[in-house]
Amino acid sequence: MNYNWNWGIFFQPNPMGTGTYLDMLLSGLVLTLKTAALAWVIALITGSLVGVMRTLPSKGANWFGFAYVEFFRNMPLLVQLFLWFFVLPELLPKTAGTWLKQLPNAPFWTAAIGIGFFMSARVAVQLQAGIGSLPRGQKMAATALGLTTVQAYRYVLLPMAFRIILPPLTSEFLNTIKNTAVAITIGLLELTGQARSMQEFSFQVFEAFTAATILYLLVNAVVVTAMRFLERWVAIPGYITGK
Amino acid sequence: MFANLDFDVIRRALPYLFYEGMTFTLTLTALAALGGLVFGTALALMRLSGYKILGRIAGVYVDFMRSLPLVLVIFWFYFLVPYIGQWVTGASRPISVGAFASSLITFIMFEAAYFSEIMRAGIQSISRGQPAAASALGLTYAQTMRYVVLPQAFRNMLPVLITQTIVLFQDTSLVYVLSITDFLGAASKVAQRDGRLVEMYLFAAVVYFTISCIASFGVRRLQARIAIIR
Repeated sequence: MNYNWNWGIFFQPNPMGTGTYLDMLLSGLVLTLKTAALAWVIALITGSLVGVMRTLPSKGANWFGFAYVEFFRNMPLLVQLFLWFFVLPELLPKTAGTWLKQLPNAPFWTAAIGIGFFMSARVAVQLQAGIGSLPRGQKMAATALGLTTVQAYRYVLLPMAFRIILPPLTSEFLNTIKNTAVAITIGLLELTGQARSMQEFSFQVFEAFTAATILYLLVNAVVVTAMRFLERWVAIPGYITGK
Repeated sequence: MFANLDFDVIRRALPYLFYEGMTFTLTLTALAALGGLVFGTALALMRLSGYKILGRIAGVYVDFMRSLPLVLVIFWFYFLVPYIGQWVTGASRPISVGAFASSLITFIMFEAAYFSEIMRAGIQSISRGQPAAASALGLTYAQTMRYVVLPQAFRNMLPVLITQTIVLFQDTSLVYVLSITDFLGAASKVAQRDGRLVEMYLFAAVVYFTISCIASFGVRRLQARIAIIR
């Protein structure tokens, strides 16, 4: 292989004047984590609302939940990001559109919101399955105790359902982190984006991508370990995973 | 809000969008699904083979691929495949591989990790008595897999496999980062040439949505039809 390896490249200054190439990659990692965190908050909140709606007895709420999930699940994430980034500002009234376009950090907000809504459909499906897996008796017992629907969800159904779906939620969170890489297409300089620009500036393709790969693996390992602890901490006594 | 949109630009671009773009997207999806399924089944068999080393290799490969973003993997293979080609053919310089071949290899390698998990679940869903009965009949390991286990595993997992293929179909849009003319790439090229981003991206969204919707509706019908009554 006639490729000039140069692992020292990470400690050479980058052309942007923001320190070394390693600093560049690390700033990308921070942006990846920030975007993923905001997207995950959006996904959890809207996904939980929609997931609950799909299990309510109301036909209208059911239908809305179904349409919401199908809408966000049947379009590629890349297309959704383009819709948020290029199409939405044009369709809004002029002043609002201009304000959106001039927003500082527009790629960051677009990516977080776009990925957040994309993932919310997946969270909703998981939560619906989690609530569906509970014995019917739980809802009935809650009603028999005089709990309102809101109370039944707040104190009985959701605490159980969220614990049951914790493992699939972990992988959805990992997917959220991975999906931030798609935002490279709207100019977000997250980890993959920084690795790509490092490659363009320094021509050290494989060093740049190796470093990005290692950072992604590390983030993955940290999240998986943290979620294991969380799972053990919130485990329900009497269940297989319980104490 | 739709007043100054020119939807005629879509009609004019239709042949280009579908003959060039959609053909690329669908060919890539079909070949990558097929390759990913074959390679994924091999990985699943390695994992369940009982040989510790084989299982370990397959496990590490699957975990590795599943913890990386697809965009990064696309870049990796785009730059790596020419060097691998040079190493395999013994050429003196990195060989140039077309955009199609490069993205096909990427998607086969990447999707294999996901297909292997599905096939593993499928194989594990077959009751123990089946391979036991097969070996009592004198079938070899290869025959047991070929005639008894894999057909049933495949059948049980068909809805999940197709769902994964729909995901793959949507993910092929990410070859955009290599400026390849897949369906979205074609739409984006027309959009930028004619300055009609809104119309073209809305149209692309509608097309992806329609195809995925029809396919997932088909999966639901199929699931109801082929479910084995136990």
